[in-house]
Parts: sequence; C-alpha cells; structure tokens
Amino acid sequence: MFKIFTQKWLTGCFGLGLLGLSLFVSGVSNAQAQDVQIATMRDNILLTEEVAPPAIAKVENKDLKRMRDYPQQPPTVPHIISKYQIDKNVNQCMDCHARDKASDVQATPVGVSHYLNREDEYQAGMSPRRYFCTQCHVTQTESKPLIDNVFVDVNDLMKPAAK
Amino acid sequence: MKNILALIKLGWQILSRPAVHLSLGFLVITGFVSGVIFWGGFNTAMELTNTEAFCISCHEMEDNVYMELQSTIHYSNRSGVRAICSDCHVPHAWSDKIARKMQASKEVWGKIFGTINTREKFENKRRELAEHEWARLKANNSLECRNCHEFDSMDFTRQSKRAAFQHSGALASGEKTCIDCHKGIAHKLPDMAGVQGISH
Repeated sequence: MFKIFTQKWLTGCFGLGLLGLSLFVSGVSNAQAQDVQIATMRDNILLTEEVAPPAIAKVENKDLKRMRDYPQQPPTVPHIISKYQIDKNVNQCMDCHARDKASDVQATPVGVSHYLNREDEYQAGMSPRRYFCTQCHVTQTESKPLIDNVFVDVNDLMKPAAK
Repeated sequence: MKNILALIKLGWQILSRPAVHLSLGFLVITGFVSGVIFWGGFNTAMELTNTEAFCISCHEMEDNVYMELQSTIHYSNRSGVRAICSDCHVPHAWSDKIARKMQASKEVWGKIFGTINTREKFENKRRELAEHEWARLKANNSLECRNCHEFDSMDFTRQSKRAAFQHSGALASGEKTCIDCHKGIAHKLPDMAGVQGISH
C-alpha cells in the first residue's frame, strides 16, 4: 500500500519542490531588478559577452580644498596619492600633514581628533586607530556619478519652505 | 729573500734589454692590438654586470627589489621609458663606476654567505640597505636621478602647484637634493621610525 512512498519517490518530490521554489524566487528578484535600475559594473551586459571596460578615470589633482557635504565628513583628498606607502613601516601622508611638517608645505595638518586615543586622551603622535588615512579620506575622480544622488545639504533642509 | 731579489733582478734584466729576435714594429702592433682586446674585453665584461638580467640572476634581487620595482613608474609608464637597476644604482662616469663596482664586491660576499637569502633576512636588513643608498645619493647630490631628471630642463609651469613650490624653492637653492624627499620611489620603504624628516 505504502510502497509508493519509497525513498526515490520522496527525493523526486523534494527536487520538484526545490525547483519550483527557485523559479519563484528568481521570478521575484527579476521583477525587482526591472523595477530598480541599479547601475552595475557590467552595465546589464550578459556574462557571456566581452565588454570593453571604461577608461580609468583621472584623479583630480588641483590641490583645492573641497567643501564638506556635512560637518563630520572626512575631507576628501584634493591630490594624487596613488604611490603613497601607508603600512607598518611608514605613513607617507604624514610627510606633509604631520603637525610639524604642515606649515613647510602649507598642507592641512591632521585634525586634533587624530591624536586622541580610545580613552579620549591626547597623544604626542597619531593614534593607531587613525593611522590608515585612506580608510576615511579618499581622492575624487573626474567622472560622472553612475546614479543620481538625492543627498540634500542640511543647510538646504533648514531653509524655510518656499511660499 | 735573496731568491726573490734575484728573481726581480732577472726580470728587470729581461725587460730592460731590447728584443733580440722580434722587430719593433711587431712589438708595437701586437701591443696595440692586445691592448685594445684587453681594454674592450674588460669594459664589455663590466657592462655585462650592468644589465638587468645580471642583477636579477640572484633570487635576492629578483624576489625582493625587482618585484617592488615593477609596480612603480620607473618600470612602466605612459611614455615607455624604463630605468633598469644600474641606471640608478651605478654611476655613469667611468672612474665612479669602477669605485662602485669595487664596493659591490661586498655584495658577492653577501651572496656567497647568504646575508639576505630569505625574505625575513631581507626585511630585517632593509633599513640598513636603504640607508646606504640614501647616504650615497645624498653625498653625490642625487647624481643618478639627475642623469635623467635634469634641473635645468624642468618646466615648473607644467608641474603641479605643490611640486613647483618645492622644486623652485628647496631644490633650486640647493638646500635639498632629490633623495631628501623622493625616498622609496622605486622600492618599498623600510621602517622609517627616526629617519630625519619623517613624522607620525
């Protein structure tokens, strides 16, 4: 009577169920992908097609300080830093941005917060947790944003609504 | 002692007497030709030790400094000019070159006795080796840099603002030389703690 519930039969049922589920999930995610156009690195070109990559964008090297978009934003780097060595041996950013070097080359000295250790005590040298500059400070390239940016400056938010 | 003196005396007698069987022409021409061969051979052999292939025939050079060079602008760049090891590490002028080659005999010693034959040994010696090169370039006013990067040919208007400021100031006045600021341009820097001009 229950012979039909063999292991083979069960496995078959399970497989079919899994197939159905995966089809359902992929259908949902496809629908989502169609709704939201996310600019991928491949720009919606199939994996099987070979695409010419876009030219590498040039890093801005104007040495002009940029505005911060919000007060706590780590300032962006206005020059090329591609060959700077930042590791346990040396931090080449500090060749100019250290407190005692900055005035020689008219660089911005690193913020006083960078000398605080995690107990909020001031140190003579940079705190290890602030050592790796590029974790927060990045260069900017001369390239167009891939998707629209809807960020609103806090000053604009605080403006009285137009009548 | 007596024997040696006698030997020297005999040698001098042979050298000071005119040749009996050989003509003056033969001696002059043979001397000239063998001189050319010897001199040319010597210089050719020395130039062979200036090639990249010779430098990286030791794994110490190939695995450490040569690997690091490859990611730098002195190895690959938009205009396709490459500086090989000897362009920076061996003086171009002949007498300076001979002096440097004689110093380099210590490197043969180092090779034989495996002074830096592992990555760890090399890392431990990196600071010392770098300091030798900094001292050498400081002493000769960065001669090997200037063999290509001539101050008189620099156009400050085509440099970035910061570069122009430094080059027209400290470099122009002779207060600083290339290596004072441009350390670690072709190889990774060692632990720089305590090096003059390095801050944390």
